Amino acid sequence: MKKGRIKVMQGNEACVEAAILAGCRFFAGYPITPATEILEGMARRLPLVDGFCLQAEDEIAAIVAVVGASWGGAKAMTATSGPGFCLMQEGIGMAASVESPCVIVNVQRGGPASGQSTSTAQGDLYQARYGSNGDYSLITLCPSTSQEMFDHTIRAFNLAERFRIPVIILSDEVVAHIREKVFIPDPDELEIVGRKKPTVPMEEFIPFQAGEDGVPPMPAFNTGYKIPVISQAKGPYGTRGTAKEAEVFIRRLTAKVDRHIAEFAEVLTYGDERAETTFVTFGSVCRAARSAVDIARERGFAIRSVEVKTLWPFPDDLLRSRLEGAKRIVVAEMNLGMLRNEVQRVIRNPEIEIELFSKIGGLYPQPQEFLRFLTEER
Amino acid sequence: MNPLGEKYLRKDFLPFLFCPGCGDGMIVRAFLEAVDELGVIDDLALAAGIGCSAWIPVYIHADVLKILHGRAIPAAIGLKATRPSRRVVVFTGDGDGLAIGGNHLLHAARRNIAITVVVVNNQIYAMTGGQVAPSTQMGARTQTTPYGNLEMPLDACKVATAAGATMVSRWSTAHPKALTRTFKRALNHKGFALVEVISQCPVQTGRYILGSGASHFNLQWIKDHCVPVDDPSKMGEVEAQGKIPLGDFLRVEKAEFMEEVQRMNQKVKETRFKGGDR
Repeated sequence: MKKGRIKVMQGNEACVEAAILAGCRFFAGYPITPATEILEGMARRLPLVDGFCLQAEDEIAAIVAVVGASWGGAKAMTATSGPGFCLMQEGIGMAASVESPCVIVNVQRGGPASGQSTSTAQGDLYQARYGSNGDYSLITLCPSTSQEMFDHTIRAFNLAERFRIPVIILSDEVVAHIREKVFIPDPDELEIVGRKKPTVPMEEFIPFQAGEDGVPPMPAFNTGYKIPVISQAKGPYGTRGTAKEAEVFIRRLTAKVDRHIAEFAEVLTYGDERAETTFVTFGSVCRAARSAVDIARERGFAIRSVEVKTLWPFPDDLLRSRLEGAKRIVVAEMNLGMLRNEVQRVIRNPEIEIELFSKIGGLYPQPQEFLRFLTEER
Repeated sequence: MNPLGEKYLRKDFLPFLFCPGCGDGMIVRAFLEAVDELGVIDDLALAAGIGCSAWIPVYIHADVLKILHGRAIPAAIGLKATRPSRRVVVFTGDGDGLAIGGNHLLHAARRNIAITVVVVNNQIYAMTGGQVAPSTQMGARTQTTPYGNLEMPLDACKVATAAGATMVSRWSTAHPKALTRTFKRALNHKGFALVEVISQCPVQTGRYILGSGASHFNLQWIKDHCVPVDDPSKMGEVEAQGKIPLGDFLRVEKAEFMEEVQRMNQKVKETRFKGGDR
């Protein structure tokens, strides 16, 4: 049994608690509903651990300051919601290009544009993956409870440091504001990962040359390495790359994450492992789907909910194996079918129609709605 | 090679991408003279965005973060905040620093965080081929103002002063000694320092606005149009003649942001831990 304590927290608070424990010492953010509690929490907590919280002039400054702090040697994070996530996209692509570990929390709300600031939604899936220009790869985690928000935040920092990438936590208004029990392990019970540092002297160090795993060691600024970090496509020494060097660089940026997907991909099953009828869910919708599964099983139906916890890179193989034996697949989500598109891409069985149970407009789906969907004639 | 170049330039990045006659090389030299005289090369953390002047720090053998257009200042804040003993210097242009990055400039100045922002003003978007900039004089014909510029130019020094900077100077590439002296002061300044450098771009500003792409003509234009003043109150007189005042306009002592942050952190920790509250 791990040692620790239990506290009742909302998802946003759990995120703050975990970030501090993961070693986050720099936070920059801009107030936005429904993510503001993370900024407020970091402003309260960081001074106590000699960290620094910046309320930036906008979300662009926030993500860029996070990258600066990352090269300064700190673990750094920002948090926002849809409209702010739009502004951060150039910074996220830049963080990927200069290979800066950092964590970005997007507490989703209704969209497009200002959308519905206090209502829940799950419309930022593709933006989390394809929001910036060019080819790059990053990891996106999707918590559905306060506990998962805590665990995924620790994990997000570890993965960011391991792969030198921005890691996105795709939360939503429901996960952000529900208050529930969170088990907080004692600090020495946590596995905390730090970035790989150079082991050779400055003269021998080639800043963007990676070994087998595709992840180059990263020195902090002012530790004697004096390296040029530019957000252009670059060669191993950091100069603007030739066509060949640019190709090698871009392929490495994506491969260093995609090739190691088995290390971190997570897809859970709730209910009857081999049931023919299955929901596919992510984020807060997992919660209502679980209740629906419970009710249906009480009534004697075999049913399950397959929960995607690591959304990007999309866990094709793992999801395919988790869905084995499914004859009826219903993707339930709070948008018009973004996750469904991915499931369709992965399950290429002409016998199975991938159905969509879509709830938009800001109201969270009730378990009964899932059951009605299953029994309705269509 | 110049001994300063021998000592501080990143040889494998040479030659410079600057065009013949560009002022950026002169700024590299003036800056390195200041760095050399102070002996602070190991403390430097340099940041830049996009544009010709953004390449200035890349050739200097120091830790350099050159990122998105207009975004060097927030990156500089992240670097400063994570280790306040760093001497953080941003190299930006009039487009990078006053247009797309203008908001960041205002808020960094307001915070009085000890970073130096060098605004290289060549009065044009040079790297993209000569479009109007926020610093372009009225009436000037550029690629995007083919019938003349209708917009008032923005004065970086006045903006920084109004926003709360505690050191503001403007010199030019025709005044290299004053420039080195000013860089030294800025590197030692406990607060936000803005150093504007009027610089020549023979290829774009020279050809399209001033009437000649010859290097000597463009440097002479700066000598003829920039007037050093020993007292900021005389700026208006110079401007009334259609010329650009140079000088050390402002240098005051005020609480520096990161020092205040550290003071606050200390105080908060003491009071919180005394009460045992968490």
